[in-house]
Amino acid sequence: MATPVHTNANVPTGQPPQTQRPTRSQWSRFIHSSRTAPYVFVLPFLLSFALFFAYPVISTVIMSFQEVLPGITTYVGLENYRDLMNPTFGKAILNSVLYTLLTLVVLIPLPLVLAVLLNSPKMPGRGLFRSVMFIPALTSVVVAGTIFRLMFGELDGSLMNSLLGVFGVEPHKWLMNANTGFLALIVLALWRWLGVNMLYYMSGLQNIPPELYEAAQIDGASRFASFWRITIPMLKPVTIYVFTISIYAGLSMFTESYMLWNGNNSPNDIGLTIVGYLYRQGLEQNSMGFGAAVGIVLLVFTLVLNLIQLKFFGMFRKED
Amino acid sequence: MLLRRKSMALMLMAVVLMAGLLQGCSFKADEQDGPGTELVLWTFNELHEKFFLQMADQWNQLHPDEQINLKANTFPYDNHHSKLSIALQSGVGAPDIADIEVNKIGNFLKGIPQLVPLNPVIDPEINNIVPSRVQIYGKDGKYYGIDFHVGAEVMYYNKEILDQAGVNPDSIVTWADYAAAGKQVLAKTGKPMATVETNDLWNYWPMISQQNSDFLDNKGELTLDNETNIKTLKFLQQMVKDKIAIPAPGGGHHMEEYYGFMNKGGAASVWMPMWYMGRFTDYMPDLKGKIIIRPLPAWEKGGFRSAGMGGTGTVVTNQSKHPDLAMRFLAFAKLSKQGNVEIWKQLGFDPIRSEVWTMPEVKAKNKFTDYFGPNIFDTLIEVKDEINAVHIGPKTPDIASAVRNKILYRTLLNGEDPATVLHELADELR
Repeated sequence: MATPVHTNANVPTGQPPQTQRPTRSQWSRFIHSSRTAPYVFVLPFLLSFALFFAYPVISTVIMSFQEVLPGITTYVGLENYRDLMNPTFGKAILNSVLYTLLTLVVLIPLPLVLAVLLNSPKMPGRGLFRSVMFIPALTSVVVAGTIFRLMFGELDGSLMNSLLGVFGVEPHKWLMNANTGFLALIVLALWRWLGVNMLYYMSGLQNIPPELYEAAQIDGASRFASFWRITIPMLKPVTIYVFTISIYAGLSMFTESYMLWNGNNSPNDIGLTIVGYLYRQGLEQNSMGFGAAVGIVLLVFTLVLNLIQLKFFGMFRKED
Repeated sequence: MLLRRKSMALMLMAVVLMAGLLQGCSFKADEQDGPGTELVLWTFNELHEKFFLQMADQWNQLHPDEQINLKANTFPYDNHHSKLSIALQSGVGAPDIADIEVNKIGNFLKGIPQLVPLNPVIDPEINNIVPSRVQIYGKDGKYYGIDFHVGAEVMYYNKEILDQAGVNPDSIVTWADYAAAGKQVLAKTGKPMATVETNDLWNYWPMISQQNSDFLDNKGELTLDNETNIKTLKFLQQMVKDKIAIPAPGGGHHMEEYYGFMNKGGAASVWMPMWYMGRFTDYMPDLKGKIIIRPLPAWEKGGFRSAGMGGTGTVVTNQSKHPDLAMRFLAFAKLSKQGNVEIWKQLGFDPIRSEVWTMPEVKAKNKFTDYFGPNIFDTLIEVKDEINAVHIGPKTPDIASAVRNKILYRTLLNGEDPATVLHELADELR
């Protein structure tokens, strides 16, 4: 850069004359230049992004076209993607999608209603409930999964079977069949994430101006009408956010299933997810190339699903 | 001015952070806190770790001028194998010595194995050991691993229940006899004769191995759905349908639910490999003195009465800086007479060196003889020539996963037709 050196006499006192130490001055000009400074400041992020995100993604794409064996790596073109057409992967996709849908069904309306209830000044003990609801999010999935596995155990003494026993129902092998196995997964997700989503909604509720409700009241709107016509539309940005992260979290679910079935081996793959399949192929069977292909498919799948969803909610419309 | 100081501070922070990151990458590899050559060992079983550390002490006593400083680490099973395969794949970070479980060895034999061939120490000893226990860790005439044990499959009978039912275990010769005895046990005591695993291989695999069948043949071709395997699975399914056998509570013989069930005298017998003894002593204490060990029933009179199941091969990786020393230490720990006696004493495994089975050391009192009686090895000697080698290949991890997750669950728990299920899964695997 060829900007002229400052020869301004109005150099602030305490600053050494810049002609004496040209290197320092060049350095400081570089730092203070409005053109370069932004790059300097985002550099740490760019570096970590390149190192820990861009580079792995690119090598995953490359690996998905390779057969990676110990000591030998060969290009196999689209073979890994062709191999993905198998019933096990189909099952993994179905399970992940079903899990995502079910979590959306329970983890959007319930937290919303709870947030509204706990936001109301008339609710007794709301401080306590707010914290209690949030605590599960702080526990580790590993611990929670293990405890749920014991709760849904198949012996007569497990918590769920004791509950059934109270009603005189025979003990059930909860984790041995698809329906009740999924029930356990959804209960675990609900228990764990209810408080978090509730928190998002509560912060959204704080942002709704009270005047809107007052005006509605004056106009004679019922409580339900103001909930339906004011609260829900005003919470739309929060809902979109919760929707997006729930889709992402649902499709990438792995640990819950891994812990609930004590490993990546649920009977007849009733708890196999896309990431579980990636883990099984990539690491457990040491087919890194194939695992990479699974990962790419998951990435594209999640991306497309979220883009459709965001488009549907009008996120790409210009704000007017 | 203030802005400038702030930006400088930020820059400084960024630099310090980056420096910290780079510093983290250059950890010291040559740290030593003991004398001798450092050898790093990875395993997935704490008992194996203890065993190797013990053997390192013994080595150091015998080799004062060639000391070993063994650094052993235990990781969870899946974690361990994933870490190891990534380290070998990427060419950095692998230990000198590592354990690889038999169902995982296929992953490491793919392509060019990143392991040191152990032929220099195994070839001279091959006639003194059960050869199949190194062959399963081999490829193209090279052996890459040495097993701990033979893994002879045996029948553990609950003598108390059999006595109640009036069944003499020594009169059970064939599987047909076993099923007939099972009917008697069920009628007299209301208890099942056996439990079968629906999430693991240690019941079904030995039954087909007894009949010279396997999931793979000796050329590595898939034989999962051959006639023998279908017939055997039908037999197993029939036992479950007749309530002679029940699916193991929890799915397998390594589940908490199962230990509790069996410990209370839930079933009259179970067939598992010899290494399962430790689960009895540690998790089913109430059965002490009630369990007797016998050979498996044969399929026909004179047929094979055992099979070699499971196992952990210990390997030397090609990243070791001291491959020769690592190999010789491994041979000392797992091939030598001394090492094999220790394998029995410390781990309760049936060691691969056959002369050890008759040595007085294995008759000495320990927690296993206390539990099962003094003549544990008599059964082993009786069946030692009736053990087929199982065929292990690159497809083994996939097959094991299919049998564990699908085949046994669908046939034994859901009652689907064995032929259909086996054909379907075999087609998927081919």
